[in-house]
Amino acid sequence: MSIRLHNIGKHFGSGRQRTRALEPINLDIQEGELVGLLGPSGSGKTTLLRIIAGLENPDRDGGARILFGDRDVTDVHVRDRRIGFVFQHYALFRHMTVFDNVAFGLTVMPRRNRPTSGEIRARVHRLLEMVQLESLAGRYPAQLSGGQQQRVSLARALALRPDVLLLDEPFGALDAKVRQDLRRWLRHLHDELGFTSLFVTHDQEEALELSDRVAVMSNGRIEQIDTPDDLYRAPGNRFVFEFLGDVNHLEGEVRGGILTCGDARLSVELPDGPEELLLRPHEVRLVEAPSPEARLPATVTAISPVGAEVRVELAADWMAAPWLATVRHADYERLDLRRGQRLYVEPRRWHRFPEGRETRRDAPRASLA
Amino acid sequence: MSTRALPFAFGRTPRRVLPGFGLSLGVSLLFISLVLLLPMTGLFGQLAGLSLAEYWAIISDGRVVASYTVTIGAAALAALINAAFGLLLAWVLVRYDFPGKRLLDALMDLPFALPTAVAGITLATLYSSNGWMGRLLEPLGLQVAYTWVGIALAMAFTSIPFVVRTVQPVLEDLPQEVDEAALTLGATDGTAFRRVILPHLWPALVTGTGLAFVRSLGEFGAIIFIAGNMPYETEITALMIFVRLQEYDYAGASAIASVVLFVSLALLLAINIWQGRFARRLHGGRG
Repeated sequence: MSIRLHNIGKHFGSGRQRTRALEPINLDIQEGELVGLLGPSGSGKTTLLRIIAGLENPDRDGGARILFGDRDVTDVHVRDRRIGFVFQHYALFRHMTVFDNVAFGLTVMPRRNRPTSGEIRARVHRLLEMVQLESLAGRYPAQLSGGQQQRVSLARALALRPDVLLLDEPFGALDAKVRQDLRRWLRHLHDELGFTSLFVTHDQEEALELSDRVAVMSNGRIEQIDTPDDLYRAPGNRFVFEFLGDVNHLEGEVRGGILTCGDARLSVELPDGPEELLLRPHEVRLVEAPSPEARLPATVTAISPVGAEVRVELAADWMAAPWLATVRHADYERLDLRRGQRLYVEPRRWHRFPEGRETRRDAPRASLA
Repeated sequence: MSTRALPFAFGRTPRRVLPGFGLSLGVSLLFISLVLLLPMTGLFGQLAGLSLAEYWAIISDGRVVASYTVTIGAAALAALINAAFGLLLAWVLVRYDFPGKRLLDALMDLPFALPTAVAGITLATLYSSNGWMGRLLEPLGLQVAYTWVGIALAMAFTSIPFVVRTVQPVLEDLPQEVDEAALTLGATDGTAFRRVILPHLWPALVTGTGLAFVRSLGEFGAIIFIAGNMPYETEITALMIFVRLQEYDYAGASAIASVVLFVSLALLLAINIWQGRFARRLHGGRG
């Protein structure tokens, strides 16, 4: 079932303490889509999710409307919205067994719609099988690990076969390995059952890996919504660019096609004036000698050779903050990198987001061979 | 909890991480002995002067038995009233924000702080036939002062903090997400309360109510002024003890006191055992 949001704004508090949590937001989510809401804490992503769930009310004045398919649920109570909601801290009923937790939604149905106890039992066991927890049906939540508890919570949310599944930082409280497993498993479940899901996260890797589309939020606004690929390759603005990965800053003065910053120099085809360039760690190369186009001296301060690439931290007087470069293991060996070594950085590509530009889609993206 | 640590106390285990076990346990036991056990031993010492038949004669005296009925009945009513209103008060204090919340929270402890005799006199004046409340209730045929209802009222007044103060922290610990989860699963407010919130509060509520009940069994000061103290009608057990003492009948007083003591002790023990079972379930069978 598709989700359509129209003019969803939210203020908290009243009078002088009234603060804005969400600017009026419009958002369309297709049926069967898995969308991630990504943003730093305080960006309004959880508030938006809770409004969709019906746990929070949007501002009344802006003509806010929430549609599930053709059904207008703006004024529908959370219990009648037919959503599944997964909480960050599981929110399991601690005095009930795993079985009773999962069965809860079925057992509280009005008597005339309620399945028989045999049907409930069969359905709960099917769900527990799906989350691979059949053997733990008789346990209490306190006897389970965090990952198991979150799976129970998912099974519980899916018991009523909701059209929409909403997840609030579902993996936030789990450790890295479990998180990775659950992520893959959720994607699998989503593809198999075909519900529409929306999940909140502050982990960009999680959002990019799991979602069909990602909505990046900051300050109560959706900055950009796109496929992970487009988002990473064509960030609409500086916030999105900086939020989606490590960034190196080069700030200086352009005169006659050359950007200068302390003893660093770089040829750029830009008009004269102050300029700030942004570079991804994998978009710079480390060389032993400066080229005619670029002379950016730096000293290696730390090396981490773990993973597919070597992460090298660089420092120099002209840098406002240390830079990060990722190099291939072959280059690492060829350059014989050591801590304290002096070398030169050569940008392969850089990005710029001139201030005051409100256009989102077509920020200039220059590249340098 | 402490029994788990006991085996280490007497064996020669040189390495105990938490320091001060011997000293703190020693001081605790000494304190308990002086304040709790010694007076109780005194009480039983008094009983030693009685034969079993005499003991039985004292505690099964008609007037005394009538006082049991009055005391237990009124205490039960007071405990039930407190269970309902204490739960409500705790709920209001935890779940909602409103002006004056801090003040209301502080007021909860007043029955503990107020001398019970003051409470008794106040209640008696308020509900006597020319008091503010008494004047309103009398025409309706409701006599509160100098009746059984008045006793229950005084008991409820002095013991309400027990329920509020035991339920409140448990309710604060219960994350709001848990009832939100129940609502997203389609539960009505009533069902969510009955099936999710109440079971969490149940042990605290039973404990609080039990404590309130036990406290009411022994209450004297607050009740004595409003009870009227008519033999067989509105005499409470604590008064019977007091009367014996005034007659210098220490053994008789001790005999009646021992009945109250046993009932209270049995009840507290039962609550503790039951609660331990419940706690084990919540904490995954690890006690």
